Amino acid sequence: MSDFVSDFWAWYVGLIVVASVIGCLWLMKSQDVPTDEGKELDHRWDETLVELDNPLPKWWKGLFYVTVVFAVGYFALYPGLGSYAGVLGWTSVGQHGQELKQADERYGPVLAKYLAMPVAEVATNPEAREMGKHMWLTYCTQCHGPDAGGNTGFPNLRDGDWIWGGTPEKIKETILGGRQAMMPAYGGQEAVVGGPQGAVEMANYVMSMSGMKHDAALAAKAAPKFAQVCAACHGIDGKGNQLLGSANLTDRYWLYAKGADARSVQESIVETLVKGRAGKMPSQEDKLGAAKVHLLAGYVYGLRNEGQAR
Amino acid sequence: MQETYNYKVVRQFAVMSVVWGIVGMAMGVFIAAQLVWPDMTYGIEWMSYGRLRPLHTNTVIFAFGGCALFASSYYIVQRTCHTRIFSDSLAAFTFWGWQAVIVAAAITLPQGITSGKEYAELEWPIDILIAVVWISYAVVFFGTLVKRKTPHIYVANWFFGAFILTVALLHIVQSMAMPAGLFKSYSAYAGVQDAMIQWWYGHNAVGFFLTAGFLGMMYYFVPKQANRPIYSYRLSVVHFWGLIFTYMWAGPHHLHYTALPDWTQSLGMVFSLILLAPSWGGMVNGIMTLSGAWDKLRTDPILKFLVTSLSFYGMSTFEGPMMAIKTVNALSHYTDWTVGHVHSGALGWVAMISIGALYYLIPRMFGREAMWSVRLINVHFWLATIGVVLYIAAMWIAGVAEGLMWRATNADGTLTYSFAEAVKATYPFLFIRFMGGVLYVTGMLLMAYNVFRTATAGDARVYNDAPIPATLAHA
Repeated sequence: MSDFVSDFWAWYVGLIVVASVIGCLWLMKSQDVPTDEGKELDHRWDETLVELDNPLPKWWKGLFYVTVVFAVGYFALYPGLGSYAGVLGWTSVGQHGQELKQADERYGPVLAKYLAMPVAEVATNPEAREMGKHMWLTYCTQCHGPDAGGNTGFPNLRDGDWIWGGTPEKIKETILGGRQAMMPAYGGQEAVVGGPQGAVEMANYVMSMSGMKHDAALAAKAAPKFAQVCAACHGIDGKGNQLLGSANLTDRYWLYAKGADARSVQESIVETLVKGRAGKMPSQEDKLGAAKVHLLAGYVYGLRNEGQAR
Repeated sequence: MQETYNYKVVRQFAVMSVVWGIVGMAMGVFIAAQLVWPDMTYGIEWMSYGRLRPLHTNTVIFAFGGCALFASSYYIVQRTCHTRIFSDSLAAFTFWGWQAVIVAAAITLPQGITSGKEYAELEWPIDILIAVVWISYAVVFFGTLVKRKTPHIYVANWFFGAFILTVALLHIVQSMAMPAGLFKSYSAYAGVQDAMIQWWYGHNAVGFFLTAGFLGMMYYFVPKQANRPIYSYRLSVVHFWGLIFTYMWAGPHHLHYTALPDWTQSLGMVFSLILLAPSWGGMVNGIMTLSGAWDKLRTDPILKFLVTSLSFYGMSTFEGPMMAIKTVNALSHYTDWTVGHVHSGALGWVAMISIGALYYLIPRMFGREAMWSVRLINVHFWLATIGVVLYIAAMWIAGVAEGLMWRATNADGTLTYSFAEAVKATYPFLFIRFMGGVLYVTGMLLMAYNVFRTATAGDARVYNDAPIPATLAHA
């Protein structure tokens, strides 16, 4: 067994366990002797404290022996005595594998049925949607929320606004392989953007692109810098690029803003510029497998027009 | 010159036990309220649940329970060795040192200064102070045993001795760390070994701090208050050695179905089951000691506290081995059931036996015949009993509901409930638990008032050390 670096420790543990179980029996036997029932022993403390020479209660002895017998049986059947594996050959890893196998046999056919169905069709199948919803509540709700409405830093999936693409294929690709967004601090060109003051100017320019309240003088200073630095990923019109996962800056959807008001939005854009962002959607392929991801993709695709942008 | 018992240090610890009991339990009620009203202190870091929960556990275990153990062990070891405590000045140091540890905990934990180890959160400078105080405690206690005037060592002192030695070992091994500045350290152990050391410490903190020490209390105050002989000397021998030997193995049951090797998990489970009989030995010996004195229960609320504590002790030491069985643990682990189990031990056993012992000690410490109001003790008893029953019943229901909801699956293999739905299901029970805590703390406040009236009713000049009868001192 790999738990032990050498046989010595396996023997060390095994022998100590055996000696301990025998020791428990010996302890009980050593005190299970004839007594003078009801009679006081010859010691006295603090004027009144004395002890009776009563025997061990029979039922209590029985309880002790039963647990020791159980111990002997358990150590024969299950791992415990060092590297001795036990008659049953049970391991927790084996039990886990067995339960997974049973689950696969039982639920595999149900999942396989939907894997053969196109994602767009899964999205409209009531039974598949029900399964998708339960999976959503188990695996996705922690970040995206129970209603898929998102949270600060975690996209809303109900508003029809997609960072990495909203086709059935793209959604499945996102869940299966995960996504790693990468917004460098100052777009990688701090000197050009102009440091923290430049970031404030740029935030005002970005807010002007969606017609939000902004300071026009500050925005004007940043306009040429946007074309020079930011447009490379976000496009000259600021509409973003789903192939790169670069955000659309014109739709008034602000992933990292704590509120929809101009002040919160400006704060979040400045923070994005100064510190950069590295949004991450973890890959689910190894964890959930292709069939469950397929069902979830259908469920998410089915949500696409259920809510409006914030 | 007449020889005396040192009552001053006992009095100091006894009074502080009441004070810390109220502080620690009120803190528990406060964080229980946060679970019912999560936004109560939203945004205030030092009042957040994560900061205050360790302060609650440290205060009730080490401040309230610790002071009760110091008070009763110092009292009992003197009275049953027929001699004054080994060193008055070292005993005084343990009092002030222990209070300093508690104050340091109250300052550092709300600031988030923590080593992150459950029930051992205090950072390394405080850990060193604890070790120094604890070793001084051992010197005082064992020094007193050495100078005893009795041929035999009384059974209560076996338990106190085991408790003091083992807690020193547990604390020092668990706290091994590499300091990184005054307020930060890194554990000497890594990965699953760190987890195993943590629960070897954690479960033996239960076994030795919260069980062996309080059994020491039981073996003195139950026969004294009932005025009956200890039921069976043989039983005390077997259950003492059985208990202190077997507890050492039980820690791994906190790590079932984790990265801990299978053989280690098996050992934890099997020895937890063997632990059942030795644990019950203490309950049997305590309750059977009362045989022939049951009528006293009608009129003596101190005895009610002591007997009820033994019943809760028996109940939670049955529940514990059952929860250590892997299949049961698969349901109960990580749920509120565990919280209920801990509190049936903490409120039902540890606190009730301490309260009974304190009601016995405090009038004697202040030169009085009895507490100022016996009726108030009776009211306290009922508030405490109803409080603990509400608490544990609520947590049982909530815990089993969580366990069942987490594992419920639909026909298609998906989980029936989301995690938040299970949280929602526990909501009414979290409120009942809070109410149970409120009742328990109310009882403690009555106790404080009763203690205050008792202390101030007598003549301050009789706050003296008690004389040792010449027949005992020179036996």
